[in-house]
Amino acid sequence: MSVVPAEVLPGRALPVEDAVAEQAAELGPRARLWPALCAVYRAQLSRARVARIPLLFVATFQSIGIMVLMRGVVDGGGEARAVVAGSSVLVVAFVALNLLAQYFGQLRASGGLDHYATLPVPPAAVVLGAAGAYASFTVPGTVVTAVFGCVLFGLPMAHLWILAAVIPLAGAALAGLGAALGLLAPRPELATLLGQLGMSAALLLGVLPADRLPTVVQYARDLLPSTYGVEAFGLTFEAHPDWGVVVLDLAVCAGVGVVSLAIATWAYRRAAVR
Amino acid sequence: MSQPRAPDGARAVPPAQIGTRDPVGSCLVSTRTAQAARQGHGGDVVCAVRDLTKTYPAVRGRRGAPGTPEVRATDGVRIDIRRGEIFGLLGPNGAGKSTLVRQLTGLMRPDRGSVDILGHDIVRHPERAARILAYLGQESTALDELTVSLAAETTGRLRGLDVRSARAERDTVLEELGLAALASRPLRKLSGGQRRLACFAAALVGERPLLVLDEPTAGMDPIARRAVWGAVDRRRAENGTTVLLVTHNVIEAETVLDRVAVMDQGRVIACDTPSGLKEQVAGEVRLELVWRERAPLDVPEVAALRDRAVESGRRWALRLAPEEARAAVAAVTGGAAFAALDDFTLATPSLEDVYLALGGSAGNVRGLVKA
Ligand SMILES: Nc1ncnc2c1ncn2[C@@H]1O[C@H](COP(=O)(O)OP(=O)(O)O)[C@@H](O)[C@H]1O
Ligand SMILES: [Mg+2]
Repeated sequence: MSVVPAEVLPGRALPVEDAVAEQAAELGPRARLWPALCAVYRAQLSRARVARIPLLFVATFQSIGIMVLMRGVVDGGGEARAVVAGSSVLVVAFVALNLLAQYFGQLRASGGLDHYATLPVPPAAVVLGAAGAYASFTVPGTVVTAVFGCVLFGLPMAHLWILAAVIPLAGAALAGLGAALGLLAPRPELATLLGQLGMSAALLLGVLPADRLPTVVQYARDLLPSTYGVEAFGLTFEAHPDWGVVVLDLAVCAGVGVVSLAIATWAYRRAAVR
Repeated sequence: MSQPRAPDGARAVPPAQIGTRDPVGSCLVSTRTAQAARQGHGGDVVCAVRDLTKTYPAVRGRRGAPGTPEVRATDGVRIDIRRGEIFGLLGPNGAGKSTLVRQLTGLMRPDRGSVDILGHDIVRHPERAARILAYLGQESTALDELTVSLAAETTGRLRGLDVRSARAERDTVLEELGLAALASRPLRKLSGGQRRLACFAAALVGERPLLVLDEPTAGMDPIARRAVWGAVDRRRAENGTTVLLVTHNVIEAETVLDRVAVMDQGRVIACDTPSGLKEQVAGEVRLELVWRERAPLDVPEVAALRDRAVESGRRWALRLAPEEARAAVAAVTGGAAFAALDDFTLATPSLEDVYLALGGSAGNVRGLVKA
């Protein structure tokens, strides 16, 4: 017959813990993905009015300047198409990759991620909302650049509607990359540097005609997600575009977009809880 | 034989309803009245912290810049915060207050120890913290480029409110805090105190039973401070909201807190009501001397006082028994020392003196402010 009182037995701790768990207060609601994404998107978009407009102009002027310079070098035809497409997608790279990497790098370094991390919001909503907003910032600059390029090089504008697919898909790929760089870089200066480098790569590899580049650089060109956006857009200037290839190129953008946004979401989760 | 610890009836009251049974009406009450009323429904614990320990690793210096040694920022911290109280963490800069609240809010994983908030294990489930508490951190960078109105609305939506309730709560809170006139201004273009108030507003949209506020009134003018404490008191009276407040402001700690944990170098060195703490130095008097240039140490009475003074520049702070204080005042106001004296004050001791009496690291005491 055991005379040890129940309280002394080691297992005694468990029922008490259970009793505590039973009394646990009901948790507040969780923000659902879609409404949270919309809220973040709207908030980010409004930031453009306060903070981003000067840089959006810079992005556009940079691309227009490049096209004016290249006019003396290229002699119409395929090269002109590549220059106009490359310069237009460069606006997307400037804003979605470079500026978003900077934004997340600074937010992380200054402790701004704490704000989101102490709200019951899915990480994907924060990353996708910000990426979506930055991709949207690129719309006016990209359209202006494309139209200006068509006028400058005398290219047909009939298929410019393809921008409605190129901007979101290239935007997703580049914004995902930018967000991931910004969130993974150990220091904000490094995030800025990586964003700048990514944009420089997009400039050199996207705008300069591919067949004039050395073979090694052409491989690097194939690795850059913006390349596929440039190729898809460039093809649509032809009289009879090969729509199969256009769709394939855009599918690559979409695929890279899904992967890079997934990595960015993972990086956000990692950065939010230290 | 396993007996339930409390009769079932005592447990059946959902926590959310306890506030509504509060004998205090929905009118604005002062901190003290609410404190007295709360004794009525027992001191059930909202947040229990045990043995919480966190060490920041050492950082190696790079290229000439010196590294930093490892810091034990919280060291075996144990606190219990009761429902409906305003519980304060007081301590000089670097005492570990922010590190402690970051572990309570699930932002940082402790090396050791447990955090239980309303029955949820926050160390094991840090993501639950966001659904139980609202946190106002020391940084506002995430909201800086938004307008006051959008910052509050977005925060509410991310706290799970639908658009209509987020907007309704936003309007109520901005009105309540006197921010309605600033609603369409971006936070970045506001003064430090106004921006802080706007962040506080965002923290209030989407009601939570526990508010964790890290130096909420830093940089605020008296009107904004009053708005903050008014809003806190209202929520406490109406919903039984509990508040964990970080401060290094002694006056604020004495006037708004129900209980205060005094922190020093990662440890809680005392925990009591402000008046309970002050009893520890009751019977003593605080004497402050301000010298014109420097203390006349050639005067023997002054030299004798020096050992017991906390010096900060021209200012000496002393805690003395009343008769000692009388003698000291006589010594410095008469005779040779008087020429060197700029000003002196005699006062009853403050929490700052308690901090010193408890053996708080005196070199740090300038981190405590009296503003
Ligand atoms: N991220 C960090 N890395 C290294 N040390 C830190 C970090 N944050 C704070 N500390 C150190 O931990 C101690 C406590 O800091 P903190 O919690 O911010 O104090 P308080 O909020 O009371 O001013 C300080 O010595 C501080 O220097
Ligand atoms: Mg702090």
